Amino acid sequence: MAVMTYLQAISEGLRDEMRRDERVFILGEDVGQYGGAFKVTAGLQEEFGEWRVLDTPLSETAIVGAATGAALGGMRPVAEMQFADFVSCAWDHLTTVSAKQYYRMGTPIPMVVRLPCGGGFSGGPFHSQMYDGYFAHVPGLKVVLPATPEDAKGMMIEAIRDPNPVLFFEHKNLYRRIKGEVPEGNYSTPFGKARVAREGADITIIAWSAMVHTATDAAEQLAKEGIDVEVLDMRTISPLDFDAIATSVTKTSKCIVLYEDTRTGGFGAEISARIMEELFETLDGPVKRVATLDSPIPFSPVLEKVVLPQVEDVITAVRELSAY
Amino acid sequence: MATAASENPKTRLRDLGLDREDAVQMYRDMLVTRGIEERGHILFRQGKIPGSFYTGRGNEGAAVGVSFASKPQDHLGPLQRDMGVHIQRGLEPWRVFAQYMGRVGGPTKGRDGNVHIGDIKLGIVGMVSHLPAMLPVGVGLALSYKIKGERDRCAFAWSGDGASARGDFHEGVNMAAVRKLPVVFIMDNNQWAYSTPGNLGYNTEHPSDRAKGYGIENVVVDGTDALAVYEAVAAAREKAVNGGGPTIVECVTLRMEGHAVHDDASYVPKEDFETWAAKDPIERTRRFLLDSGMTEDEDEEIRSGVKRFLVEQLEKAEASPEPDPSTAATGVYASPEELDTPHH
Repeated sequence: MAVMTYLQAISEGLRDEMRRDERVFILGEDVGQYGGAFKVTAGLQEEFGEWRVLDTPLSETAIVGAATGAALGGMRPVAEMQFADFVSCAWDHLTTVSAKQYYRMGTPIPMVVRLPCGGGFSGGPFHSQMYDGYFAHVPGLKVVLPATPEDAKGMMIEAIRDPNPVLFFEHKNLYRRIKGEVPEGNYSTPFGKARVAREGADITIIAWSAMVHTATDAAEQLAKEGIDVEVLDMRTISPLDFDAIATSVTKTSKCIVLYEDTRTGGFGAEISARIMEELFETLDGPVKRVATLDSPIPFSPVLEKVVLPQVEDVITAVRELSAY
Repeated sequence: MATAASENPKTRLRDLGLDREDAVQMYRDMLVTRGIEERGHILFRQGKIPGSFYTGRGNEGAAVGVSFASKPQDHLGPLQRDMGVHIQRGLEPWRVFAQYMGRVGGPTKGRDGNVHIGDIKLGIVGMVSHLPAMLPVGVGLALSYKIKGERDRCAFAWSGDGASARGDFHEGVNMAAVRKLPVVFIMDNNQWAYSTPGNLGYNTEHPSDRAKGYGIENVVVDGTDALAVYEAVAAAREKAVNGGGPTIVECVTLRMEGHAVHDDASYVPKEDFETWAAKDPIERTRRFLLDSGMTEDEDEEIRSGVKRFLVEQLEKAEASPEPDPSTAATGVYASPEELDTPHH
């Protein structure tokens, strides 16, 4: 197995699938000649040509709308939002057209929207947001968020093959920071199957995307205090693998939901509610949430650190829950 | 406005590459279209149609004229005034009635209502209410033809005079123009965006004049003249599939009823209704056919045939069952085996 970065794994997933299936094409701003703002699509236009790696005008509405149309036309579009934040300009097309077309008209919309998301590098209010909860709320859309290079490749391939609109949240702060072994060849990672990122017996932390790493970092430190934390990487929140949550929480009897979306109404609130409804009898303490504060994401590193969940915040929450 | 090359009925059809059978078919499609919507009004008053009810009275000629210029392999994204497109492409009227009534026989099986109709097997993409959201979708269909190298395939993407103020229109038209995609933009200009007149919606003489800003052509055509619409759209299609890029074909009509059934359109000047009633697209086509040799008896036969046909179709729709309540929240996500079924 080759060791590669999270970013390289996404690129490899795209390239593999484009080689395998000529219906797959990429469209977005600066994706072709320039290779994308983060270079995820670097080299792909050289290999697949101008029309399969298509540079578009600055038009998120038309990019997502055209992806929907191309999917109806038998293609497998992969649309890139330069930053996940800009998907707000294409909200209407995702939630109104793409998400509902199959339910209404019986026509599948196999499309992927790539969303470089998340904070932690002074991107400020418009280049740092985590929009996963908004879209997981919309029936008809799938929301997937790989945390590792292996999953980044396998889930990209799965996203392209899925017959539904898939929002592929790729965390910018993992792009070059996280490296790992990635299997050779064409494999896909099924949606709706969580992964135990770290086994533990005392407390479950439910996380996804970059927060999986925040959770495992916290778990390593807590192990020194004798608290054995299990970290569950959900991988996808729509569909949600609630069975995996039930298995882990039944084992540990205490859990924290850790998410990078803002706290109020974020998807972790939904998970927390569901645990209360379905697993109440197994709990030995309240379900806690550690999440981004209810604030825009600030620019200053000093302020941003306060707003986004940090390893220390997780450690504090685990200690509190452990003592409960 | 563009008018047909010849006013002589016989030579006009020949000039357009059509025969009398084609013109009769257009006439019949327009009669079926209006007949469906007139019966829809009755069904609504009878309480058989939940929600609201929309018609395209006055737009039958434009809708049928555009659709007649499409080819079977094309995709079309018509809007709420374009029932004629569905009929011309072969949607059986009973399915429209079933859709109105929320029955399983409708194209959306009761999951969506009124004119939110589409059958991809007929090349039609079902519209949404957020106009003109289907315009960028049409651009994407055109992009798919371009990437696949399908040379005689064209998408038709609609907007109205009102919807042309939205960002979807500008982003979609611009992207298609930049890439010279095989798409024709149809603009139904019925002069009213709900209750808002054109002069409060755009600052050009014609709403399609914005084409200049995208470096493409626009054609303004009398939308009550189905043959003139056909001629303009056929030329735009030819240009589009030969790499000449998109054209906006603006079909000017007057919306002869309210925005929907609840709206009496009292804000539209009465004399405008009178002026445009005199240009009724169906009557216009009827006179054209009479001038080109159709007898009054033949006309009567066509009209009574349409009436009988619609009575049967309505009976069939009324026999269509209500949806099974247990299916309400199913079919939200597609399964892989549904993906590779060829659309049409």
